Amino acid sequence: MSHLLEIHDLEVKFALRFGDITAIDGVSFALDKGERLGIVGESGAGKSVTGFSIINLISKPGYISKGNIRFEGNKISSYSDEQMRKIRGNRISMIFQDPMMTLNPVFTVGFQMIETIQAHRKISKAGAKKIALEKLKKVHIPSPEQRLGQYPHELSGGMRQRIIIAISLLTDPAIIIADEPTTALDVTIQAEIMDLLQELCESDNMALILITHDLGVVSQVTEKIAVMYAGKIIEYGSTDQVVKHPVHPYTEGLIKSIPGTVIKPGEDLVQIPGMMPTLTNIPPGCAFNPRCYLKEAICTQKTPELKEVGNGILAACHMK
Amino acid sequence: MNTDNKILSVKNVVKHFDISGGFLDQVRFKNGRICLEKITVKAVNDVSLSIKKGETLSVVGESGCGKSTLARVIMGLYPPNSGEVYYGGKRIDNLSHDKMLPFRKKMQMIFQDPYASLNPRKTVQQTLEEPLRFHHPEFSSNQINDKIEQVMEQVGVDQAWIRRYPHEFSGGQRQRISIARGLILDPEFIVADEPVSALDVSIQAQILNLLMKAGRERDLTYLFITHDLSVVRHISTRVVVMYLGTVCELAKAEDLFSNPRHPYTKALLSAIPVVGEKRAKQIKLKGEVPTPVNLPTGCVFHARCFYADERCSVEVPGLATLDNGTCVACHAVEENRIPA
Repeated sequence: MSHLLEIHDLEVKFALRFGDITAIDGVSFALDKGERLGIVGESGAGKSVTGFSIINLISKPGYISKGNIRFEGNKISSYSDEQMRKIRGNRISMIFQDPMMTLNPVFTVGFQMIETIQAHRKISKAGAKKIALEKLKKVHIPSPEQRLGQYPHELSGGMRQRIIIAISLLTDPAIIIADEPTTALDVTIQAEIMDLLQELCESDNMALILITHDLGVVSQVTEKIAVMYAGKIIEYGSTDQVVKHPVHPYTEGLIKSIPGTVIKPGEDLVQIPGMMPTLTNIPPGCAFNPRCYLKEAICTQKTPELKEVGNGILAACHMK
Repeated sequence: MNTDNKILSVKNVVKHFDISGGFLDQVRFKNGRICLEKITVKAVNDVSLSIKKGETLSVVGESGCGKSTLARVIMGLYPPNSGEVYYGGKRIDNLSHDKMLPFRKKMQMIFQDPYASLNPRKTVQQTLEEPLRFHHPEFSSNQINDKIEQVMEQVGVDQAWIRRYPHEFSGGQRQRISIARGLILDPEFIVADEPVSALDVSIQAQILNLLMKAGRERDLTYLFITHDLSVVRHISTRVVVMYLGTVCELAKAEDLFSNPRHPYTKALLSAIPVVGEKRAKQIKLKGEVPTPVNLPTGCVFHARCFYADERCSVEVPGLATLDNGTCVACHAVEENRIPA
């Protein structure tokens, strides 16, 4: 059976003055229709680069050096810019972190929505406007007709993020990639946006890739989770299993370091010593070994492969 | 003024910011006449609270609720429009610069963004010795170096890095250095304004542990400003919930999380995502936070509240103390209109 999206052994490098650095190192995963996947990790783990590389938004000096990406059976990683434009924003949409930055401040919401539809479909302005209105209703925006004539600065952060979601829905995509969609928003708004995304995925059988550093958000919205560390997926499995019974020591540490998970108020949180290595300076063997409490000699010599460890979880750890 | 175990108290503090700009920006044409109109942001409105020695009082609320402004008024960084700030029984909000100096030594602040709050042109050594040289001109170089060494060890920054500049450190380490700067004068009271929100989760845990450890070892009192409710639950003794510049609820941390009383607190708590749990029913609020430029009449929350009635839209609710010590500003709670 072929998957909706298949990423195989993806490697992304950035060519810098002093040589190439590897931002993503052998990432593979698959996504089915209607599936919701969370990619979590700390800043610099490569989660956003993974998201960008799917729709080829890696700009110079970055480039995909190895591996391939298949979408609906086609190898989109070798598409030309022109071919890619038919996929990007059409079949695969992306939602970015900062709703203040993603809308163009000098055009009305309506103009930006109609422009997007007309870029992908031959349709009259009136027809496009009808679709725009329908999608605005879908994201529960009050008085949508009025919004079409408004400029982004007239709207609040939560409203802007709803409009961005509406824009990403305009062409009925098969996949939405959401890169930290709620990091810039308050928690009450965050909860509303996450509910909305989940509801839309379920009603339209859309797949979602949710990129975030917030394990709480991921565990509520997604079915599968991929934990990234220093450019690699180090644990992958069903969200429930991974969050409740993490296998990799990094995932375990990450979950325990969140206040309110295992530690009682007032007690010291479990902390992972040290910090994630910079990409120019990844230690040999397992990248996590200097911070790991299970470390043994082999961890500094051999890079662990992602392997099945039971419960449907894949983990990259020699000790498991 | 009662001073027994209160280290700091704030009485009826109001802070408004004038954003109307210059003369020409204020000119309006109304009802056939030209008039001048001022626009003010009502950031903090009539807030009173007190902090006991040795406790961690957290202030939570969404962006724009006035929590950072309140912290800055307390620190004397903004003069309040009206109201009073007392430190150890002494009024400090109206002191001259010179008279304020001894208080500045006892009160320190840690800021959110460790990239912006350290001077990029100063080494760690220079950053840490400046407050000492300023407040303790009698210290010898050796004394200063000993002190710096001791503080750096406490916050876990390698002393070999003392001649490095902030750009050579990661975010977590920079935050450690700004904590060291806050601790170096042996303060009694620390205001921490979102000290971990710019950091990654694993680093966040390290910094929270460090703050709690420093608090225990030095018997510090914290005023902790944050929007992250799981952090609040973990570190606080008491919690203040703010909405649009007013206090909605003030309670012991365990009471607030197990039994929130104010409708806004309930909604806020129901929105926190919990790791490993599917979301419980979230209480969805109507509409959005109104702007602090045009405050609603009556209770600031009434337009979004499910329990609001006519009284709420007219009369401003005062903070009333309930039997378990929780203070709530809500007519509905007072009249027992909220089902448990």
